[in-house]
Amino acid sequence: MADVTNLRSPAEAGLSKLFESARKSFATEEAISREEAFRFFEATGLPSRRVEAFKYTDLRAAITEAAPPAEAPAEDAAKAAVAGATSFAKIEAVRLTFVNGHLVAALSDLDRLPEGVTVAPLNAALAQGDARLKRLAPVEQARENPVYQLNTAFLADGALISVAEGARPAMPVHLRFVGAGATAFSTATRVLVELGAGAEFTLLESHEGPDGVAYQPNDALDVRIGEGADFRHARLNAEGRAAVALSTLSVRLDAEARLETVNLVTGAVLSRHQIYLHVAGENANAVVNGAALLGAGQLADSTLLADHAAVGGVGREMFKTVIDGDATGVFQGKIIVRQVAQQTDGKMKSDCLLLTDDGQMMNKPELEIFADDVACGHGATCGAPDDDLLFYLMARGLPRAVAESLLVQAFVGEAVEAVSHEGARAELIGRIEAWLAARG
Amino acid sequence: MPAVQETVDRVRAIDVDQYKYGFETTIEMEKSEKGVSEDVIRFISAKKNEPDWMLEWRLDAYKRWLTMKEPEWARVSYDRVDYNDIYYYAAPKRKTAESLDEIDPEILKTYEKLGIPLREVEVLEGIAPERRVAVDAVFDSVSVATTFKAELAKAGVIFMPISEAVREHPDLVRKYLGSVVPVTDNFFATLNSAVFSDGSFVYIPPGVRCPMELSTYFRINERDTGQFERTLIIADKGSYVSYLEGCTAPKRDDNQLHAAVVELVALDDAEIKYSTVQNWYPGDNEGKGGIYNFVTKRGDCRGARSKISWTQVETGSAITWKYPSCILRGDDSRGEFYSIAVSNGMQQVDSGTKMIHLGKNTTSRIISKGISAGRSQNTYRGLVSAHRKAKGARNFTNCDSLLIGDQCGAHTVPYIESKNASAVFEHEATTSKISEDQKFYCLQRGLSEEEATALIVNGFVRDVLQQLPMEFAVEAQKLISISLEGSVG
Repeated sequence: MADVTNLRSPAEAGLSKLFESARKSFATEEAISREEAFRFFEATGLPSRRVEAFKYTDLRAAITEAAPPAEAPAEDAAKAAVAGATSFAKIEAVRLTFVNGHLVAALSDLDRLPEGVTVAPLNAALAQGDARLKRLAPVEQARENPVYQLNTAFLADGALISVAEGARPAMPVHLRFVGAGATAFSTATRVLVELGAGAEFTLLESHEGPDGVAYQPNDALDVRIGEGADFRHARLNAEGRAAVALSTLSVRLDAEARLETVNLVTGAVLSRHQIYLHVAGENANAVVNGAALLGAGQLADSTLLADHAAVGGVGREMFKTVIDGDATGVFQGKIIVRQVAQQTDGKMKSDCLLLTDDGQMMNKPELEIFADDVACGHGATCGAPDDDLLFYLMARGLPRAVAESLLVQAFVGEAVEAVSHEGARAELIGRIEAWLAARG
Repeated sequence: MPAVQETVDRVRAIDVDQYKYGFETTIEMEKSEKGVSEDVIRFISAKKNEPDWMLEWRLDAYKRWLTMKEPEWARVSYDRVDYNDIYYYAAPKRKTAESLDEIDPEILKTYEKLGIPLREVEVLEGIAPERRVAVDAVFDSVSVATTFKAELAKAGVIFMPISEAVREHPDLVRKYLGSVVPVTDNFFATLNSAVFSDGSFVYIPPGVRCPMELSTYFRINERDTGQFERTLIIADKGSYVSYLEGCTAPKRDDNQLHAAVVELVALDDAEIKYSTVQNWYPGDNEGKGGIYNFVTKRGDCRGARSKISWTQVETGSAITWKYPSCILRGDDSRGEFYSIAVSNGMQQVDSGTKMIHLGKNTTSRIISKGISAGRSQNTYRGLVSAHRKAKGARNFTNCDSLLIGDQCGAHTVPYIESKNASAVFEHEATTSKISEDQKFYCLQRGLSEEEATALIVNGFVRDVLQQLPMEFAVEAQKLISISLEGSVG
């Protein structure tokens, strides 16, 4: 292939300009180096199809304009925005509300945190140089990722959540992200979570925003699960239909740690959820599931990197994509098993249902194995709903549309069932039903 | 689970220090000047007495090549080749022989040592004929002998060195050369288009089933040379051909480049079976020497109901970069890829296939087994794609990897791109989808799940490899009994 040099796109030039004006507000000595992150980002720019990790999700083409970072909203405006937010709303939880990427104390339950749980606003932690910021550094590969670098460079707010050793709060914490505005804006938030040894903690995360606005959220969640601790995470992407939503989940698992994370995508015109796992301790167990229900014009990308660097890790990754209209589904998964990680048991699967002829699915399930005593498998399937199954249901008197809906529910349900929190599971299943009902 | 002892022993038997074909033939050679330039290309073209259009074609490719960069995406690392420090043309000094008796006896001895039959075995009347194979023997940059040409001509089959075909069948060559692998395809293919020296040309006329197996045996002998062969096989409507390729090279401390292009064209109802036993010198245990095998192989199922099948047994080369592919253009066409790649010592393999479904009801199957031992790295990289119009496309892929020892790596990089709802793709690293019935049958008779799986998959691969003629099957036979036990997916 001939050598090609990309010219700087207007969006890239815009980002540089925005960064110049944003840097004035940075503290002089920071625990998180935005300058460095932005220099790295600038060197490569917005990743295009030519960058292998973004082969199917061309951010350079998708982001044509750099949207300005959203200002912290006035309290009234924030209240109005949150009034319409329904995700996980009925679940009893400790809520941390972010409007346009800024933590709104008045709409958060900072004063009624369960025992063993502390929450510090990220801005305060940054200003004080909180030692946890260094300890909770993300998985190495995430640091080199342009989406994560952008998040670092423009980081506006977030939270630092600590769960004490052995603590088992009865109530989950709900990170409620709500976008509001009439013109394009961008947000960059980061939530850091630390689970002490033996702790058990459930985190719910929802993202909502206005439909007609091309806003650009970029969220990061960095988690460290201590020895024998158990972290459960359910995430719902119900962003507005014009949003370009980028997100990164980075998790480090210590010995005997357990992770359960499920992400359901129904929103955004383009979404990319990046998951980085670092299995650092022995006999850790990770369940990573994802489901995407996509309609006309949408693209959803799930990118996973599971890096096994300790003995006896178990990984179960399952991704389900349902494609309607001319939507595009992308799954890129990679399991690395390092030489020390003997007896790793990793299974990764990506299944796709194409409901129309116009949709497309791109699968890239990779394995990179350096240990000889492991069992790793990956599978990928793609196709239309099985005619035999449809026939079976229709022969029992169900109309075709209902039969198809049932099959889709069963298909996606498999990924969502892993959610341990009953209310969250019911809510995600409800979202699937609503999506099918809206499809008609 | 780690590999079983039997597998370990079998792989050791073909370890890099066991390389049997590493001898060198001393012979007087004629060479071009070192490096690549328009002059060298003119020199090669003149040596082959080529028509002007061929020279123009080469020069165009060269101009294009100068603007290109060596690809870096493969999972291999090696010292870059100094393209101006190798010979692009090296041929034995004696003129092309009319009969075997005129060939340099040193060359004949070389092929004898390699076990390649250059003499046409006379078949006595009344005695059942042996299975015969027509051989085109390519020694560095030229074809030194092609057997059974006359007999094949009777059936209308054209089998000759491509340099001869350019002169004798210019229309056919012009029509098909570069039509599957375009001149601008990739760095190595473009270089090959500029400097290719020899290779085989096969044309099977409509309705003809080629009366014998065809084969080409490639031997790199001269120091500091690269081999750039070009093979073009055309199976006209309703024809069938089975073609085999073998390759070896002397043991040397420095690396040598082999950058070939193979193009296959299958028209309506035609079938091409292409088998390779790749046994280039893999370098020593410390990674010194060995062949860089950077090859572009592609088949075009151009006609309806055509079929192309690639079978490869890969044990040689220091670096392998090769992805035999099928473009399934014709409706109801079929592509197959069966591969066993064993890497040892410091070898690095990045190989796989592409199945590009364009036509309706096209089907493809990929079975790939990678076995890495020593300190080698073995990567399967494959693409399966169905385009919008490829209604009813089907693919089944199964790739398994096995590691022997804890110093090596096995990697899988599959791309599965579906743009059609009626396309059904299944990619499995586990074997559960192969046939539940067969497995159930085995389990019922007391085999463990692992044993049953190994039996079924090995039985399948064995079927494929046993179709290789004996001359080529020796290496392959050793590999087929390798158990899948301990497979890591």
